[in-house]
Amino acid sequence: MGSNMAEAHPVGFQWVMEAKARGARVIHIDPRFTRTSALADSHVPIRAGTDIAFLGGVINYLLQNGQEFREYVTAYTNASFVVGEEFADTEDLDGLFSGYDPETASYDRRTWRFAGGAGEDPGDGSRYKEQSEALQSGSGGPSLSNVDGIERDPTLTHPRCVFQVLKRHYARYTPEMVERVCGTPRAQFLDVCQAWTANSGRERTGALVYSVGWTQHSVAAQYIRAGAIVQLLLGNIGRPGGGVYALRGHASIQGSTDIPTLFNLLPGYLPMPSAGVHPDLAAYLDDLRAECQKGFWYHADAYFVSLLKEYFGQHATAENDYGFGLLPAINGDHGTYRTVMDMIDGKVSGYFLVGQNPAVGSAHGKLQRLGMANLDWLVVRDLTMIESATFWKDGPEVETGEIVPETCRTEVFFFPAASHVEKEGTFTQTQRMLQWREKAVEPKGDQRSELSFFYHLGRKLKDRLAASADPRDEPVQKLAWDYAVDGDEPSAEDVLRRIGGVDLATGRDLSAYTELKADGSTACGCWIYCGVHADGVNQAARRKPHDEQGPYEKEWGWTWPANRRVLYNRASADLEGRPWSERKKLVWWDAGHGEWTGDDVPDFPPTLPPDHVPEPGACGADALRGDDPFIMQADGKGWLFAPNGLVDGPLPSHYEPHESPVRNALYGQQGNPTRKVYARKDNPANPAPPEAHADVFPYVLTAARLTEHHTAGGMSRQLPYLAELQPELTVEVSPELARERGLAHLGLAHVVTSRAAVEARVVVTDRMAPLRVEDRIVHQVWMPYHWGSSGLVRGDVVNDLFGVVVDPNVFIQESKVATCDVRSGPRPRGADLLRMLADLRARAGITPATGARVATAHDIVHTEAAGPEAP
Amino acid sequence: MTNRLSGPLEDVAGDAGHRDHPARVGFFTDTSVCIGCKACEVACKEWNAVPDDGFDLLGMSMDNSGMLGANTWRHVAFIEQARPLGAQQPGLDGLPTGPSGLPATDSAVARRLQGAPRGGSELGTSPLPDDAVPVDLGMPAFAADTGSRTDLRWLMASDVCKHCTHAGCLDVCPTGALFRTEFGTVVVQQDVCNGCGYCVSACPYGVIDRRPNDGRAQKCTLCYDRLGDGLEPACAKACPTQSIQFGPLDELRERADRRLAQLHGLGVGEARLYGRDPDDGVGGDGAFFLLLDEPEVYGLPPDPHVPTRDAPAMWRGAGAAAATFLLAGVAALWGTRR
Amino acid sequence: MTRSDRDRAGAAKSAADQGAGHRAQLFQGGRHRPGRGEPTVVPEATFASYYGRPVLKAPVWEWKIAAYLFTGGLAAGSSVVAAAADLTGRRRLRRGGWLGALAALLASLWFLVSDLGRPERFLHMLRVAKPTSPMSVGTWLLTAFGAGVGVPALAELVPRRWGRTRAARLLRASARPAGLWAALTAPGVASYTAVLLSHTAVPGWNEVHRELPFVFTGSAAASGGGFGMLAAPVAEAGPARVFAAVGAAQELVAARVMEHRMGLVGEAYRTGRVGPARRAAELATAAGLAGTVLVAHRSRRAAVLSGLALLTGSALQRYGVFAAGVQTTKDPRYVVVPQRERLSGRTVGDPALGPIDR
Repeated sequence: MGSNMAEAHPVGFQWVMEAKARGARVIHIDPRFTRTSALADSHVPIRAGTDIAFLGGVINYLLQNGQEFREYVTAYTNASFVVGEEFADTEDLDGLFSGYDPETASYDRRTWRFAGGAGEDPGDGSRYKEQSEALQSGSGGPSLSNVDGIERDPTLTHPRCVFQVLKRHYARYTPEMVERVCGTPRAQFLDVCQAWTANSGRERTGALVYSVGWTQHSVAAQYIRAGAIVQLLLGNIGRPGGGVYALRGHASIQGSTDIPTLFNLLPGYLPMPSAGVHPDLAAYLDDLRAECQKGFWYHADAYFVSLLKEYFGQHATAENDYGFGLLPAINGDHGTYRTVMDMIDGKVSGYFLVGQNPAVGSAHGKLQRLGMANLDWLVVRDLTMIESATFWKDGPEVETGEIVPETCRTEVFFFPAASHVEKEGTFTQTQRMLQWREKAVEPKGDQRSELSFFYHLGRKLKDRLAASADPRDEPVQKLAWDYAVDGDEPSAEDVLRRIGGVDLATGRDLSAYTELKADGSTACGCWIYCGVHADGVNQAARRKPHDEQGPYEKEWGWTWPANRRVLYNRASADLEGRPWSERKKLVWWDAGHGEWTGDDVPDFPPTLPPDHVPEPGACGADALRGDDPFIMQADGKGWLFAPNGLVDGPLPSHYEPHESPVRNALYGQQGNPTRKVYARKDNPANPAPPEAHADVFPYVLTAARLTEHHTAGGMSRQLPYLAELQPELTVEVSPELARERGLAHLGLAHVVTSRAAVEARVVVTDRMAPLRVEDRIVHQVWMPYHWGSSGLVRGDVVNDLFGVVVDPNVFIQESKVATCDVRSGPRPRGADLLRMLADLRARAGITPATGARVATAHDIVHTEAAGPEAP
Repeated sequence: MTNRLSGPLEDVAGDAGHRDHPARVGFFTDTSVCIGCKACEVACKEWNAVPDDGFDLLGMSMDNSGMLGANTWRHVAFIEQARPLGAQQPGLDGLPTGPSGLPATDSAVARRLQGAPRGGSELGTSPLPDDAVPVDLGMPAFAADTGSRTDLRWLMASDVCKHCTHAGCLDVCPTGALFRTEFGTVVVQQDVCNGCGYCVSACPYGVIDRRPNDGRAQKCTLCYDRLGDGLEPACAKACPTQSIQFGPLDELRERADRRLAQLHGLGVGEARLYGRDPDDGVGGDGAFFLLLDEPEVYGLPPDPHVPTRDAPAMWRGAGAAAATFLLAGVAALWGTRR
Repeated sequence: MTRSDRDRAGAAKSAADQGAGHRAQLFQGGRHRPGRGEPTVVPEATFASYYGRPVLKAPVWEWKIAAYLFTGGLAAGSSVVAAAADLTGRRRLRRGGWLGALAALLASLWFLVSDLGRPERFLHMLRVAKPTSPMSVGTWLLTAFGAGVGVPALAELVPRRWGRTRAARLLRASARPAGLWAALTAPGVASYTAVLLSHTAVPGWNEVHRELPFVFTGSAAASGGGFGMLAAPVAEAGPARVFAAVGAAQELVAARVMEHRMGLVGEAYRTGRVGPARRAAELATAAGLAGTVLVAHRSRRAAVLSGLALLTGSALQRYGVFAAGVQTTKDPRYVVVPQRERLSGRTVGDPALGPIDR
């Protein structure tokens, strides 16, 4: 669901094919019939942007028919927790939860807390929203204190217990409603429900796979939450053949969130300090976890201090808070899209692009290019001269006169990069597995690895600032930049070793994050990677063949945390520690030896008996019960209801996409009431109900990838062997839409939104089909987004069609769904294009305020203030 | 003797004069698990340094190579059909669909091919000329139509040189450039070929072709160089779903028979093997296939035979004709004596 | 939208309905519709294909190969006429015959070599002698024939004043045996080209392999005789006339039989550019034959006209056969339909058996 695995992850798809060969039933739920559908047992159509309605329907089906894995749910999830009286559900507030603040379009989550639970949430909802706080719960769950005090009802009958709240919340997500909202015929929906439940329980497990088809929405985080709730209710988490598989965008994207390139995160999902809120280390740590919190996140102080020791070495001492003050602090939204708008507004002077091609690959390409055209300097490191390095001379804006090469002020520095075969290091893939790559060939000419580039950049900066007395240069001066070098080149393995953690007293490589200390005696670059270099061995480089080891191949690469292949695998055993079934055993309690054992590394304190009950007042790991499988969570349970951590609701609710052709059939609240819309003249939105003129853009547009190309095309459009396989930008339409718009197979057409018009060759195919939503027919249009102005094969930039609106939890853009129109023939050029778009916006009555009214529930209204107009 | 020209042949390499040679190897391409990733096409070109065949959008579903040729030694066919695949549910039931668009899209593509100098058979070797663009017809084929489409299946199949037991290309090659390797495969020696083009017309599968600006015949070598080093061919190595299986032909045939039985058991009655039968017109293919429809749907000949099969008859006819020619001469001689 | 489009679409549609959901297509494109008023013997048949893409590769051979077929045949024919003239003491016919044979042979060799992808490698043809390769067989036949033609032709070219030299005497002495050798190998040269074409997967050539040799040898004789009638005065052209007449008659009959027996491929022979060419070929040959038999022995002008007619007919005949074959590779119909019919145990829609019903 939300994944075209066969096309976007063909190599991984071999395991799906193997499972199918062994009798597994493969169901593909997707707006299009793709190469994945072609190999699946069933393809189930759905309207792009309505997956929560579909999953809510599944949840409702489970609960109404008593199909949940009751024993698992009661013991391992927070289903029995009783929610406080002040909590009000979307059913009561027409699509909003209690605590909504129309002023800031954010939630005060204090009303979501459990009865008897303490108030760990200061209720600073707007700050959380501005800083994408939810993302900071990436490894440890959100904080929760006084867990023992929480009122519970193991019978799950208490009207306010999570189980009953869940039931009420999804009561109206009936098969009929799913059909009305998603356009998925009832029979097909029920078939999915039956197949899913029939393949879950003691004897069987079902796996859920998603990709960016789920993550690139204005309600993205809640899509994944909804999937997780289904899997928890069915007992498919922490068990073999179960789980929720997040197939990442491309190689090592998992690694780039573990050791992040995100403005609000430090390695291991430790939050970036906030200016004003975290004056010192103590304040930061208090905010990081609750007082005497249960589980391993309680020890986050050790993870954080070890990180500071790695950053600042001997400059990090107990006296100076281990250099806490040297860290930059954030005070708001510094996400990539905000930054681009700040460029346009002249607030940013320089920009680094490393292996990224926003001129083609990011939503609202025009915004990206105009931003990059208004800098002092731009550094582009890539394999080839990508559009983001050449936009100033051959971008679409040059054709329209919006960028004049002669006067474009940005100075572009292009650094040729070494490819993945020209450098060594690790990839971290979607299973959290680190795999070491050797260097196959030496990079040519000036090509260098990122490691080399940044190492030398840091070295040069330190040299230059060594003598500075300016306090703002202190962080650079104090930075420990002492990695082993081989001649001129930094050693990638030494960097990995430092990431994996070192005992500073003995210099020994640490073997697990449980060895990290908060007293400055250990240094660790990323606590979840602690142990990747245990015993002085590069664990990520292990390549023992599968036939020479156990079923979970523990000696191939290394998986965080602590080389566990299945997260929270304590849940694969019942309360007494016995496997739920022989067929589905993974780890179990060996009473004889008094330890957990099995095929995988137990994700649990190794000798903690299943019946263990902690001492009153115990904290952290010591507070874990023998039946608390979710050891990172503050309550040791899987969260069906999230009282904390998400800024847009404790439960997923269906909200229409920012741009939708239809009104939300479930609530008065049309879209995500906390989404960030960036209302500006240069970021127009197509009108959506209840706004008028939605009919100007009657079709649903979704974009995705082809097997034959790589994301923004920098690695494929330059290669004849790949370029020839998909030589031109196409737009896929159904025969029905082709007839409605007079489109001919292989003829030219242009797709238009309020932002841009993109020209493509028409592909009419039976694989696209219209849907019936409510009482109307909805056509969906699909385009691959790989083309740009450079390379062997060129074309318009599909991402120009999308605007910028982001999910408030993680700041991901909604680039998987928008509304559009499709017109036969080539698009206008130059000034005519601008005129045509202006006319279109006028016809649709589009102003910066369009789409800015994010709250539309009955009496509550919030309209995002229109930002400064573009110069 | 006839056996040497057509029909089953136990030991092809031995027949070609190889002593104590390795077992005959080949491909079994199981199209029922092909995901159409085209890794085989790319791996083949990378390993064998085969040039691209033009950046040409063909509109044959996702297929932009079109056909095997001098510059395409692996070709993945994509076929969209308004019919079910076994028990697969395409998800069209209950949708507000109209009639299928396939007839219209197919004829739009076909018209463009018909406009090309070689009728589209240049695909895989060189791109179609730019002027061979389709006539804009909108959606004529079902403009008048009614009815709702509910069935859909999408077939993908990786095609390759068949390395026939009796290879037409090999038989007619006048220079000996084409030869039978010790592995029982058929390979062109690039240092010998003089580009006479006879093999192009002698191949009943339309595989081998002459490369423009090079002048020599080109086709799959089954990675002869890799075989020599004990490696499997690049395409099979790259295939992620084991749709392309390489190995000793006898083994592959058994495997194929088992897979066929399995699919029939699963209700995929339309599954059939193509090129597996040693009694067919070419004595069986070294590279054979499991197909889910008639061969011609994939662009393969339904009942190919090696031209050499009829060679004796042809030469007899030629002999008789030569005799009449000579008689005419004799008549001219005697009829006009002075 | 043109009529043919509508036909095709309609046919495709109906096929999609009946053909067990087959992707069925009709590829009788506007390209080769029946010529003026000529009825299509084989009606539009629907069949499955891959987007109408050909199954076979169209031959890479250019017009030069058609030209070779003609010149090669002409060389063979002329050599027989020349030999006959030699044995019957017709000096001018002999001279014309041998020089004509040599010229035609050289032309044919140029056509062959220049059509190679790597002309500089034409000698690679002599690396092997391969019975399964008609081209290899032909190469050796041409080599043998060439030697035979070369000697007498050269002898004809020796200037008088050199007549006394030993070389000249030797040449004259070996001219006759060599010429007879050429005449004996000529039938092979004239007939193997039919096998050259038939020994392919090209339906238009392969399916007529029984009749084609007779068409080609007839055509070769007609052209050879026809050339003789041009080259020699009426008084000496007797053998040429007889040879031409027999050849032309054989060509006409064989071609008719071939057409009658042809199945679906017949359409490629009757339609498009090929149809008119072959009708013209038949007309010219028939006219040439009549002229040869009735008037060519009386008037020089008649002889010349008849000879030209026969040469034209022969050339058009070769072109027609060549082009028709090429056409049958460009349309998958000619490959798929007959093979389907064969599989379903029926013969290809023969006019006698009535149309293919699908």
